[in-house]
Amino acid sequence: MTVATVSTQGSEPVFHVLDEHAHPEGASTMLGFWIYLMSDCLIFAMLFATYGVLGGNYAAGPAPKDLFDLKLVALNTTMLLLSSITYGFAMLTMEKSRIGATQAWLAITGLFGLAFLGIELTEFAHMIHEGATPQRSAFLSSFFTLVGTHGLHVTFGLVWLVTLMVQTARFGLTEANRRRLMCLSMFWHFLDVVWIGVFTFVYLLGMLR
Amino acid sequence: MNPDLIKMIFGRLNLDALPLHEPILVGTFAVVATGGLALFAIVTYFRLWGYLWREWFTTVDHKRIGIMYMILGIVMLLRGFADALMMRLQQAIAFNGSDGYLPAHHYDQVFTAHGVIMIFFVAMPLVTGLMNYVVPLQIGARDVSFPFLNNFSFWMTVGGAVLVMMSLFVGEFARTGWLAYPPLSNIGYSPDVGVDYYIWGLQVAGVGTTLSGINLVCTIVKLRAPGMTMMKMPVFTWTSLCTNVLIVASFPVLTAVLALLSLDRYVGTNFFTNDFGGNPMMYVNLIWIWGHPEVYILVLPAFGIFSEVTATFSGKRLFGYTSMVYATVVITILSYLVWLHHFFTMGSGASVNSFFGITTMIISIPTGAKMFNWLFTMYRGRIRFELPMMWTVAFMLTFVIGGMTGVLLAVPPADFVLHNSLFLIAHFHNVIIGGVLFGLFAGINYWFPKAFGFRLDPFWGKLSFWFWVSGFYFAFMPLYVLGLMGVTRRLRVFDDPSLQIWFVIAAFGAFLILLGIGAMLVQFAVSILRREQLKDTTGDPWDARTLEWATSSPPPDYNFAFTPVVYDNDAWWDMKRRGYRRPLTGFKPIHMPSNTGTGIILAGFATVMGFGLIWYIWWLAAVSFIALLAVAIGHTFNYHRDFHIPGDEVVRTEDARTRVLAAGAQT
Repeated sequence: MTVATVSTQGSEPVFHVLDEHAHPEGASTMLGFWIYLMSDCLIFAMLFATYGVLGGNYAAGPAPKDLFDLKLVALNTTMLLLSSITYGFAMLTMEKSRIGATQAWLAITGLFGLAFLGIELTEFAHMIHEGATPQRSAFLSSFFTLVGTHGLHVTFGLVWLVTLMVQTARFGLTEANRRRLMCLSMFWHFLDVVWIGVFTFVYLLGMLR
Repeated sequence: MNPDLIKMIFGRLNLDALPLHEPILVGTFAVVATGGLALFAIVTYFRLWGYLWREWFTTVDHKRIGIMYMILGIVMLLRGFADALMMRLQQAIAFNGSDGYLPAHHYDQVFTAHGVIMIFFVAMPLVTGLMNYVVPLQIGARDVSFPFLNNFSFWMTVGGAVLVMMSLFVGEFARTGWLAYPPLSNIGYSPDVGVDYYIWGLQVAGVGTTLSGINLVCTIVKLRAPGMTMMKMPVFTWTSLCTNVLIVASFPVLTAVLALLSLDRYVGTNFFTNDFGGNPMMYVNLIWIWGHPEVYILVLPAFGIFSEVTATFSGKRLFGYTSMVYATVVITILSYLVWLHHFFTMGSGASVNSFFGITTMIISIPTGAKMFNWLFTMYRGRIRFELPMMWTVAFMLTFVIGGMTGVLLAVPPADFVLHNSLFLIAHFHNVIIGGVLFGLFAGINYWFPKAFGFRLDPFWGKLSFWFWVSGFYFAFMPLYVLGLMGVTRRLRVFDDPSLQIWFVIAAFGAFLILLGIGAMLVQFAVSILRREQLKDTTGDPWDARTLEWATSSPPPDYNFAFTPVVYDNDAWWDMKRRGYRRPLTGFKPIHMPSNTGTGIILAGFATVMGFGLIWYIWWLAAVSFIALLAVAIGHTFNYHRDFHIPGDEVVRTEDARTRVLAAGAQT
């Protein structure tokens, strides 16, 4: 837009925008979504803090060493990290407007996400089967809540991913859809970063405890 | 019928949940039901449902949403104040062996509901409402960044309020105090629905608050008029920015901690229990990490209002704009470093307590700087003692007292004596009423003519002012005395008859405040009746300084026909001084967001889901959650959420204003 910020020919200043174009739709969306992610990050921060305080309170129950299977968790972490890479490929192909390739990469991302969730649920089922339920001790309460909240986020991300794939199929890579895919991309990578924290602080450091 | 089946359908909801055995509640219900039915009948009789739905409930206009927030806040103020009156009456008569008139079971709900309602459903909606209304106008924007989200946020706040109000007649409310500390709030000691109403009421409203915080931060960062750099923003916009940053950075903490408490209650986890490794103090820490920023969320916008009002009614530029901005930002940051002063008695040790005591005392420095800025703005100004200015002066006197008792409480050894005493109650009412509420009243009187095109009646306004201010001192000064004598909060009956006189004085003060609230309602009614005499055609009744006064009152849907260009802190003052002439031609169609009913539908499902969870009606919770998800996803398939106000209509609106201004100039 043209803004007259200086006096026109030395006379009185211009107090309004002369030639205005409509604000581009969604101009604030990226900023807004970033702020949302930071607020979500704060929820995770609280869960990490809770785990930090209560994570050693086993109440004479099982401790991390009795429960965690690092090989399984490493596999799980690999699934999520790969899904982030494939989402990155989806965004690269979106930039080139290759809709088929974008959809394919999104589908692969979704499959990796599903694999992550599947492994996580197997792990949970195994732990609960051994009597290490969320009710057993404050350590397990905070463990299941932190990891489970992350899992819920991934689940929600998958629902969102499917929705966006349907919308991309129906309406193409329109401006609005690209923006939405960008938001989901940020969300997905954010969950990846959180998982790195979980893997390090909960699983790796837990084994050293 | 099979009891298992009934339990599956109704959860733990049954006829016993209706408080038919409590005459006070039955009476209240009769009044509320009659009033509600009358309102329903009036709206139906005048065929207003369609109008309300199209123009208000589904609106995405920040101005209308702002007004709806204000109405919500004022309605809830009546409920919260009724609770206050009941407590004052109970404490004034429960002496010499009398049990008062409130049974413990009811009294405990009353003080909990009073705190929850006053903070979450009175102060928050009023503050959010003013920010919603004023900020886009002050920065020269057409609306907020995410207009649909704004509508959704409002209805989520209403949903939370509905759940809390519902607890009055269906089941009961928490009996834990307004922050619901465990282990008392845990399932073992509070097995009823009270704490669940508390949790879901706050969770539903909290979603709305967080989203509206994100929305306003984006609005202020992204949508300022050209030329308005950060250091040219009006102070109210600055304080709103800081407040919304605080909202975004603190409400998720509340969401998280309430989620953990609900896991303890619903699933049987051990976060805040006394056994299996749980730690109740964890809850107290977490909730105050939200709770302390929360008080600055409330008071910062009030500081902004006082800044606008002082500058306007002193006819001077605000003294020390830069220091005002820095003071606001410093308070924003410091508000995160003081939470532990709410529980010095936890026993963290001398070093930790000293740290938090000192950070708390440091907050008085930027606050004091603000106080001096206002005083210096008034110094040698041509002060007009209109209602907003009167509230501001009352604030300055009252808030300084509250601030000083706050610094006193910040000294850990003193706090060990005064913790949980009525001294504390007096202190925080001193700052919340004297700071936040007086600020809101100043703001309501100040911006009312902008929103409706006529001023509020000054006679009834002054009456309300004097009843409120004197009532405040009568109601809370005795509590300082009682607190120093060692009386703790939340007591229902007293043994020592020598205390009674102070409680009677406090009850008298509450009665004066009742008159103040009554006078305020009369003020609204009288002003509406006398709107022709109180009319303002200029759009700038106070000879004010910031951009919201540059447009008509009430502003058109699009706020400004042309986006203004800003050169000065006091943009509108600058325009007036330099001979600004309103553009009369060249209007273009204006791009605007469309109304949508999705916000109210989503919030409705969220509220029903909350109800299902409170009463263990699992199928209802599941169905409404799925419906919530389906409607939300369905909404994203609508890509056409905007329209253009045609150029002709803009021309018509602006021409009408030109005629009004010309007629006003002749008389």
